[in-house]
Amino acid sequence: MQRFAGLYAALDGTTSTLAKREAIAGYLRDAPAADAAWAVHVLAGGKLRRLATATELRRALAEASSLPDWLVETSHQQVGDLAETIALVLPPGDGSLDDRPLHAWMEHDLPALAKLDPERRVATLQAWWSALPPGQVFLLNKLITGALRVGVSQRLVVQALSAWCGQPTDLIAHRLSGEWRPTPAALAALAAPAQTDEHLADRPYPFFLASPLEADPASLGDRHDWLAEWKWDGIRAQLIRRDGRCRLWSRGEERLDGRFPEIEQAAAALGGDAVLDGELLAWDADVDRPQPFLALQKRIGKRLPGPKLLANTPVRFMAYDLLEHAGADLRGQPLDARRARLAALLAGADAPLMLSPALDAPDWPALAALRQHSREARTEGLMLKRRAAPYRVGRKRGDWWKWKIDPHTLDAVLLYAQPGHGRRAGLFTDYSFGVWDGDELVTVAKAYSGLDDAEIARLDRWIRAHTTERFGPVRAVEPLQVFELAFEAVQPSGRHKSGVAVRFPRIVRWRTDKKPTDADRLDDLRRLATG
Amino acid sequence: MRSEELIQPRPEGPYCPAGDFYIDPLRPVARAVVTHAHADHARSGSGHYDVAAAGLGLMRERLGQDAAITARGYGEAFRMGPVTVSLHPAGHVLGSAQVRMELDGRVVVVSGDYKRDPDPTCAPFEPVPCDLFVTECTFGLPVYRWPPMERVIDDLLAWWDDCARRGMPAVLFCYALGKAQRILAELAARTGRTVHLHGAMLRLVEQYRQAGVTMVPTVPVSESARGRDFAGELVLAPPSAAGSTWMKRFGKASTGFASGWMQIRGNRHRRGYDRGFVVSDHADWPGLLASVAQSGARQVRVTHGDSDALVRYLREQGVDAAPLHLPRERDAESGG
Repeated sequence: MQRFAGLYAALDGTTSTLAKREAIAGYLRDAPAADAAWAVHVLAGGKLRRLATATELRRALAEASSLPDWLVETSHQQVGDLAETIALVLPPGDGSLDDRPLHAWMEHDLPALAKLDPERRVATLQAWWSALPPGQVFLLNKLITGALRVGVSQRLVVQALSAWCGQPTDLIAHRLSGEWRPTPAALAALAAPAQTDEHLADRPYPFFLASPLEADPASLGDRHDWLAEWKWDGIRAQLIRRDGRCRLWSRGEERLDGRFPEIEQAAAALGGDAVLDGELLAWDADVDRPQPFLALQKRIGKRLPGPKLLANTPVRFMAYDLLEHAGADLRGQPLDARRARLAALLAGADAPLMLSPALDAPDWPALAALRQHSREARTEGLMLKRRAAPYRVGRKRGDWWKWKIDPHTLDAVLLYAQPGHGRRAGLFTDYSFGVWDGDELVTVAKAYSGLDDAEIARLDRWIRAHTTERFGPVRAVEPLQVFELAFEAVQPSGRHKSGVAVRFPRIVRWRTDKKPTDADRLDDLRRLATG
Repeated sequence: MRSEELIQPRPEGPYCPAGDFYIDPLRPVARAVVTHAHADHARSGSGHYDVAAAGLGLMRERLGQDAAITARGYGEAFRMGPVTVSLHPAGHVLGSAQVRMELDGRVVVVSGDYKRDPDPTCAPFEPVPCDLFVTECTFGLPVYRWPPMERVIDDLLAWWDDCARRGMPAVLFCYALGKAQRILAELAARTGRTVHLHGAMLRLVEQYRQAGVTMVPTVPVSESARGRDFAGELVLAPPSAAGSTWMKRFGKASTGFASGWMQIRGNRHRRGYDRGFVVSDHADWPGLLASVAQSGARQVRVTHGDSDALVRYLREQGVDAAPLHLPRERDAESGG
């Protein structure tokens, strides 16, 4: 694992994508195929099982270091990462396992660890730690907790593989997608010259992305030159049916095949081959509108959804564009023509395939009024698309605009703070905010983002100097600082004392000009929850 | 005889009532003993200073050429009223000292800043037996355990070579006094290549050379012709130069930071440097514990940084430990 630890350190130690690509390609040239296959699996974000619990790791550390539990805990808080804390706290090992190859760990040692009883597992962990240098202890722990994040995108791994073996990136991306098993044979197959260009049949077209509309929509010209739709709050995806075979790709170029069987069945029943652009939504058939995004997340997480999940959280593909029909690429045609063919294609389609309706508003003011109802429709606002425009590639300004609704805002008082993790370890960056309920402040939101590094540092110092109480890592602070928070909605919540929680809260600005008494009241939030 | 007669916190800094002098005072006082030449310890304006002879040149840089300074050899005993005082190597930077105070057979040692790792630029820390030991605690958690310097220099040289291969300058940020010279001296054992220096380091490096410390050849960045290509060169600069217009001359440079804080991955990433090198002139956790044990002190007072964990840990080990709150609240990021 020594070589892999070296690769990890190189990737971790640079922010340059070029240097990362070179490091991966260099590793692939040097490493034995059995190890390189596992490295590709791990780097490309392949799934790792969790083989030991955090509790077991913490116990093993407390025993191995002979440190009291509170000191292990304090150290963990300071570092923000348990795997790293272990590597730092323990004295460097004797290196006797230094040369154990990566594939032996992955195929033999780690699977065996999972089968042990907790007692023996803890003892085995300790034995490994005492035989490895700190860099490898960290990596091993990450593999054991299934939480290794290397900070390289799948695209970068594909580019590095391409640089290593000389095959084109789209071929490698295709070969790597789906269930790729990390074996020397599979690695050799990745690098083999292409036999046909059949792999391209599976690929989505590059997505056309909308830009945020900041100007007055009237500046876009005649309302009738523009198609208006809801801006759906789901997962953007392309549904591909070619030669009767279905593929579903997310905008993040992730294959979603198998996760949404109702969509694939409906696509299979269509009158012909087609490539549809649209949005995956969890659907509430009773009121004919999407379920909250939260519901869709349950489905994304399941590779093979069971009948109960399928029944409770049905998913729809809200189609809004037709990129290919019966083998013909339609992207050069105007939107109006594509929409007409899409409507015809979906006319007799099964329920899971829906056509995103064109919104009927005769002029811009009427459309602006309709936009005010976006939240009731469980959408993020409106999309405006030029009827005469082709389907372009990437984020090209001018033809597709997203006209999102403004977020709600509230002024709230900082009540608690907690140190962050990873890049923000050791700094107080996780904040809880409260609003007034009578003459008491009650928490309604936790927010992590929105301040710049200088503000985070300043607030961190303020928090340390104004702590009133400590609850483990959490500090209560004097209720003096007011922040303006933006959020999307108010939901009932059992987690907060107030009984409500706000969705997607983020800090807009630090209101140093406001006093705590200027903060908002809980009643105002409750009204939003019911509204 | 109680220890409070030998050491107590005052707004001006740690004070010895029996001898009527301060250690590293923040404000001008009549009589000061100064442990080392870092700016937050050596402040000008006091009536008279006692310092370790090895650091006299550096002290003059900080305190002024006209300051009244008495240089004391390490171990040399001198009187401050009824108190017998002596200075002992702290291993922190050139001329750094611990302050030993003795009155009526009772001994208090104030460590100042110190480290236990070998450093070719200064005398090694000397354990001084005492009844009460006042220790610093910049890195008071067991996650701080310094890697061997040899390995850090391996990494540094590998980075330098890598930058050369990519045709980029390697700009290493580190404190201008102590850290810079330690790195230059460690490099001298491995290479003869010339290193470029930021202006803030020139006089300090010169002081170390005059004190007989062997370092790699250095050349001021300012002496290079305008538009010079620094590709493949190693440049040392203080952290304050990061992001300044001074950096523009290097174009697309790879940046590194040498500090004990770089031990934690999160710090490395947050600081936004390309590389972090774990080099500290402070004691790590094993160093703190070893020093407390070797002092033989029954009472330990802890200053600087987050002292809570060390105090609690020592108490659980049966040591009479407590924080000693000094007015000097140093920015935790400044001393690494």
